[in-house]
Amino acid sequence: MSKKFSCHKIAEGKAKAEAIITHDRIMFYQVRPEDGVMEEKNHELEGRSIAQKVLLFPGGKGSSVVQQDGLYHLDRFHNMPAALIIQDPDPVLVAGAIIMELPMVDKVEPAFYEMVKDGDMVEVNADEGYVEILD
Amino acid sequence: MKLTDEQQAMMDGKYGEGAAYAMKIQFALGEAFDAPRMVPITRAHIALSNQAGDLWFAEKMYKAGARCRVAPTVNPGFCLGHFTGDCAHPVSEEDADHMRRTDAAYRGLGAILSYNCTPYIATNVPNFGEVIAFSESSATPYANAVWGARTNRESANSALCAAVTGCVPEYGLLLDENRKGDILVHVEANMKSDYEYHLLGMIGDKIGEGIPVFTGLPKYISSEALRNLGAQLNTSGAYGMYHIVGFTPEAPTLEAALGGKKPKHEVVITDKDLKDFEEKFSDASHDGKVDFAMFGCPHFTLKEAMYIARKIEGKKLAIPMYILTSSDWAEMAHRMGVYDVLAAAGAELIPDSCPDQPCWHYLKGKVGITESPKCAYYPRRRGINFMIRDLDTCIEAALTGEVK
Repeated sequence: MSKKFSCHKIAEGKAKAEAIITHDRIMFYQVRPEDGVMEEKNHELEGRSIAQKVLLFPGGKGSSVVQQDGLYHLDRFHNMPAALIIQDPDPVLVAGAIIMELPMVDKVEPAFYEMVKDGDMVEVNADEGYVEILD
Repeated sequence: MKLTDEQQAMMDGKYGEGAAYAMKIQFALGEAFDAPRMVPITRAHIALSNQAGDLWFAEKMYKAGARCRVAPTVNPGFCLGHFTGDCAHPVSEEDADHMRRTDAAYRGLGAILSYNCTPYIATNVPNFGEVIAFSESSATPYANAVWGARTNRESANSALCAAVTGCVPEYGLLLDENRKGDILVHVEANMKSDYEYHLLGMIGDKIGEGIPVFTGLPKYISSEALRNLGAQLNTSGAYGMYHIVGFTPEAPTLEAALGGKKPKHEVVITDKDLKDFEEKFSDASHDGKVDFAMFGCPHFTLKEAMYIARKIEGKKLAIPMYILTSSDWAEMAHRMGVYDVLAAAGAELIPDSCPDQPCWHYLKGKVGITESPKCAYYPRRRGINFMIRDLDTCIEAALTGEVK
């Protein structure tokens, strides 16, 4: 069974890394720059690091500066995620990813979400429009 | 996405590297949302934040030669005049320098240095149907819902790009079909003051994602209440638009607000929902004493400053009170003597400043009281905690130093 799924490019680029999955929306302001750990209380990822990972989440939240500024701080410590896979793009998050040159895709085939597990190695290729679960 | 010759020329660098960079970002944004073209804007508002990422991007654009075609108003950082030099708690030289650089970058880019987060009430008010680029979480829903202008929920960066290029990709809330409500919100709570709109906006989890259509609200709703509603909707979630049936211009009737369709779901908001939120959100392990009061997130209006002045005239506050407002309203308060009344009681009316700024360094570890959940939310990461209560309770707490 193929583990390669089509998707839609939002921000260009590609990456290969371990997946981390949440059902909660994310505000990058709430992620600690020094180690990429989610600090938001009661967030599904509270206490876990998103640094250098392929981050699967529904979409963003919060005011109009929180995403790019949050990502900027993470980037200074080389702790940005490697790529973002989302379902619900909003301009604040999209502009943040484009400006910070962080690969981001949406509209991944539903089958991907049934198969992918936290910790899987995942390749995201926004430029060619696919994501792949690697063995 | 198809560009006009002029837009393509901008992208190709005919108007300089900065304009080309701005256009490239907007082009990518348009592609991400499958926009067919770019359309001109006539206004912009940038959620300047004076954060490191904001300064980095503004300086990058400025150094690349970007200049705004449409002069945008900007959000507050902190007031250098108030927090440097001969004052009780001056900011560090490093923080002062950061603010000076932010000021210089936006000045150079050609922004209107309004340093105010409520442009939609006084300094940058759009007309019905006007296509604009507004960032700032309280501004986008106000411009769309209350004025009937058209803007997506721009980020601070994308709004700057739009100000530079003078256009935005056409998608989302710029299009009729995406402006209809799809969640019906029956408000049964008693919306007795502007404060309840803060709480209503914070119930985003219950409302769910989409465009809320509110019914059951009072016939007259103040500018301040609408400001509060929009600000908190975007603290609890991500909302660019809402409707209030019989009140906002694109919602003359429930049917019009919903575009003739059935809502995807309906929710009822009661007094209990608002009360539960207030309890949950305030600092629970607290003994009732507070160290300071802060208002103006988003910026308080002159009307609110006058209201507080009337309440505290001739009295002495037990704890400091900070009222954040625009420089225009601060100037008016000076002229009218409102500033002096506040100052005599111990309240500071401060222009150009935001609660989420390093100027409040001296409040770290303290507990404040405010009527705005947004005011309580963002400074937490700076080690400043808040109780939230209605404005009258907050004023009373400032007079006694305790929350009843």
